[in-house]
Amino acid sequence: MNFELTEEQIALRDTARKFAKEVIAPVAAKYDRTGEFPMDVISKGFELGLMNLCVPAEYGGLGLSKVDQTLVVEELAAGCVGIATSMGANDLALLPILIGGSHEQKERFVRPFTEKLRFASFCLTEPGAGSDAAGLSTTAVRDGDHYVLNGSKMWITNGGVADQYTVFATVDKAKGHKGITCFVVEGRPEGLGIGAPEDKLGQRASNTVALTFENVRVPVENRIGEEGDGWRIAMATLDFSRPMTAMFAVGVGRAAMEHAIAYAKERKQFGQPIANFQAIQFMLADMATELHAARLLTLEAAWLVDQGKKSTLQSSYAKRFAADTAMKVCTDAVQIFGGYGYSKEYPVEKLFRDAKLIQIYEGTSQVQRLVIARELLK
Amino acid sequence: MSNVLVVAEHLNQSLKKSSLHALEAARQIAARTGGKVYGLVVGSGVGEIAKDLARHGADEVLVADDARVEHALAETWSKVIEKAAREVSATYVVAPAGSQAKDVLPRVAVRLEAGMASDVIGFGGEGAELTFRRPMWAGSVIAEVEVTTPVKVLTVRPTEFPQAQAGAEAPVRALDLPDLDTPRTQFVEFRQVKSARPELTEARIVVSGGRGTKGDFSPVEALADELGAAVGATRAVVDAGWMPNDLQVGQTGKTVAPELYIALGISGAIQHVAGMKGSKVIVAINKDPDAPIFQIADYGLVGDLFQLAPELQKALAAAKG
Amino acid sequence: MGRIAFGATEENVKILCGVKRVEDPDQKIKVNSDGSWIVLDGINYKPNPYDEIAVEEALRIKEAQGQGEVVVVSIGTEESVTEMRHAMAMGADRGILVKTADRVDSDAAARILAKIVERENPDLVILGRQAVDSDQAQTAQLLAEYLGWGQATFAAKFESLESDEEKAKKPGLQVADGKVRVIREIDGGLEVVDVQLPAVVSTELRLNLPRYASLPGIMKAKKKPVEELTPADLGVDTAPKVKVRKLSSPPERKAGIIVPDVATLVEKLRNEAKVI
Repeated sequence: MNFELTEEQIALRDTARKFAKEVIAPVAAKYDRTGEFPMDVISKGFELGLMNLCVPAEYGGLGLSKVDQTLVVEELAAGCVGIATSMGANDLALLPILIGGSHEQKERFVRPFTEKLRFASFCLTEPGAGSDAAGLSTTAVRDGDHYVLNGSKMWITNGGVADQYTVFATVDKAKGHKGITCFVVEGRPEGLGIGAPEDKLGQRASNTVALTFENVRVPVENRIGEEGDGWRIAMATLDFSRPMTAMFAVGVGRAAMEHAIAYAKERKQFGQPIANFQAIQFMLADMATELHAARLLTLEAAWLVDQGKKSTLQSSYAKRFAADTAMKVCTDAVQIFGGYGYSKEYPVEKLFRDAKLIQIYEGTSQVQRLVIARELLK
Repeated sequence: MSNVLVVAEHLNQSLKKSSLHALEAARQIAARTGGKVYGLVVGSGVGEIAKDLARHGADEVLVADDARVEHALAETWSKVIEKAAREVSATYVVAPAGSQAKDVLPRVAVRLEAGMASDVIGFGGEGAELTFRRPMWAGSVIAEVEVTTPVKVLTVRPTEFPQAQAGAEAPVRALDLPDLDTPRTQFVEFRQVKSARPELTEARIVVSGGRGTKGDFSPVEALADELGAAVGATRAVVDAGWMPNDLQVGQTGKTVAPELYIALGISGAIQHVAGMKGSKVIVAINKDPDAPIFQIADYGLVGDLFQLAPELQKALAAAKG
Repeated sequence: MGRIAFGATEENVKILCGVKRVEDPDQKIKVNSDGSWIVLDGINYKPNPYDEIAVEEALRIKEAQGQGEVVVVSIGTEESVTEMRHAMAMGADRGILVKTADRVDSDAAARILAKIVERENPDLVILGRQAVDSDQAQTAQLLAEYLGWGQATFAAKFESLESDEEKAKKPGLQVADGKVRVIREIDGGLEVVDVQLPAVVSTELRLNLPRYASLPGIMKAKKKPVEELTPADLGVDTAPKVKVRKLSSPPERKAGIIVPDVATLVEKLRNEAKVI
């Protein structure tokens, strides 16, 4: 069993770390305040190859392993998880095509993202279908050589900046999840309505919108896989992306812990640094232990993905544990900062707000537990 | 009995004070080795400079005065310095640590098959067996080094040696130039930074500005002028193009050791501190109470330099009158 | 020595750069308990910052010429390959490791590089002005003398690192008509010199801002060749001319005080420190 990173992995991680420190972190607070989309940061990240990490070499990508990818995203998330989400959302949208698409579809819908900066959105969640994703209602009705999509999607990352959407709709609601089908919607077709960016608690640099589909016509060639394949494709996508999300949590938690450690060394009360007090030391010790445990769970899940083995259980362990740990770490970080932790002048309140979303998106911590329980009780 | 050759540094028709510090370092060496101290001036129209050097404690001064060596081109100067060193049987070739000697002396070292120690701050060892103390890792560490070759070349930090005192004038004689092939390097121009203020490395008081000035050096300059001080800058300031490189204090800029160093809006990175930690008294003004500069400052004032520097300037002016 | 001088665009330019593995300059460096060296436990390493600037400059010149080769050389143990891979991830074409476990001083490094230059015949050698561990700042000049070449140390440029020219990755070294024009940062200001090629140049901080090792660059660097040699292969004796006998910590400044206001500061400076 080898726990060491290769030289190349260290180099990849170090570039991401440097980028996060020099380009992301200095502007993170600004974008959090304004909610403006951080296009300049993302462009620089694209130039360095820090986007579209999941794309294999045969379609213009770097062919990084899932383990490599998680090492990179932990660093980006430590800079700002909202910006990291904006950079990483393409992967979520492109994975269904890589998993279920034909060679021509991968060439058409994936490769262009490696050549020029563009955004794509993964569209599964609806106003009425969150944890119960299979209960989605967006319909796709066959009409000659097109499908016609009607319905709405909610909480769509990059929806306002994307020009390609991976949309899950049902061809037959009566069939339940067996009717769900995957489509690529290109550009801004007639009938596609894009809502205003949501005013969120955290990850405010990430563009999150509602979408409406009013008789949006999608060519048959844009259907990924067969009718009814959509649910399987969506679930496989989430298995592959869950380690990335988990590592986002590790990144934001690590940033919070590092701030807390630095502060505890400087802040003096009762004549000494608060780092001398056991109450603080115990909190820091638990932060470090649990973040590292989350990291190791995530690396194992990523490794299983790389081995082509089933990773559902481990991905859920990782996402559930990492998201909940990050929230706990960020809460304790605010506590260590005391009154200053409550002020926007200090960095930890943003991390606390950013971390909360990770317990919710990509499968809530509750859904992860259901997935785990189901695997255990099979 | 080992002789020492000191290569003078000069600019604009006058001897730089750094040469006098180097001369003093040379006398310290000579006192231990029982040798003589020879000065060397290379340049064009440098007669007066040679006499000035001769008045400060050298046993004899050699002058290589020729239009062909007007500019300090390493290729030509190194040949001249080599000739001088051989003529006076120099065991030690010493120069003040500045950009000129750093550029030229290594080539001299090769020509004399000598090892070279840069930025020497003091001597160790016993009697005639000298070792050299010099900073490494941006001054975090002081190394005691031995130069194993018969001839030893060194540059010395002027701030670590007192200035040689003026006295009787030693003899000055001309040094004939060796064969100088056409150098492969040609001088094109020198864009000198001229200032009415005292020279950074010689001033009694230095007022420096860092990133906290955000490009506006007026409070730094105004305070410096009130104190009759030199102005310094950090690397960040020079990188951003706010102030010229000649003002940079730090690991690769100038090393200064004034009586009073006032750091305005400077965080105190290791590389900057390396250039000023020898100052007698350090004052730091910075908005950030956690800035590392406060760990080495004798007096720290937390606050906005744009408010406090003018306030300090006014208080000093009032106290004067 | 060197190839016929180049000047027109589209001609192949070959540039040799040194890359030294050094302790990360942002870490706290401490002397070990017996003064024999520094504490190495927990220390991170990176390429010497001045060497990264050298590699960046070499890449810009190659890119401006349209074609050429940038070769990086490192002297040290196998671990130095990591720093060379970083240079190759930036865009350098290949590496040469001169493998030795000995601490090589500036003079031995220069003699090793001289042998590499004899083998490789570059048009230009760009080195960092100093390594941030030894801070000797000699190797480029020693090398130039061993080769009988011209030198230009402390290379920078007129434009600042925040200028549009820098953002456009304009080279600071101007190569044309068989010469390189170098703007040197010296005491008192900026000096301009022309040096005939082949030449040795050493970099100052303000020459450029090195590019990142992009992720595609890192993946490509894996496959770039690294040749391994020893000093013995080159016929070089690395016995040092400058030997470190002992290390010690510099005297620490005593911690000072925070004063509450300007009036107190003036009073202390006058009456306590007696500097005004």
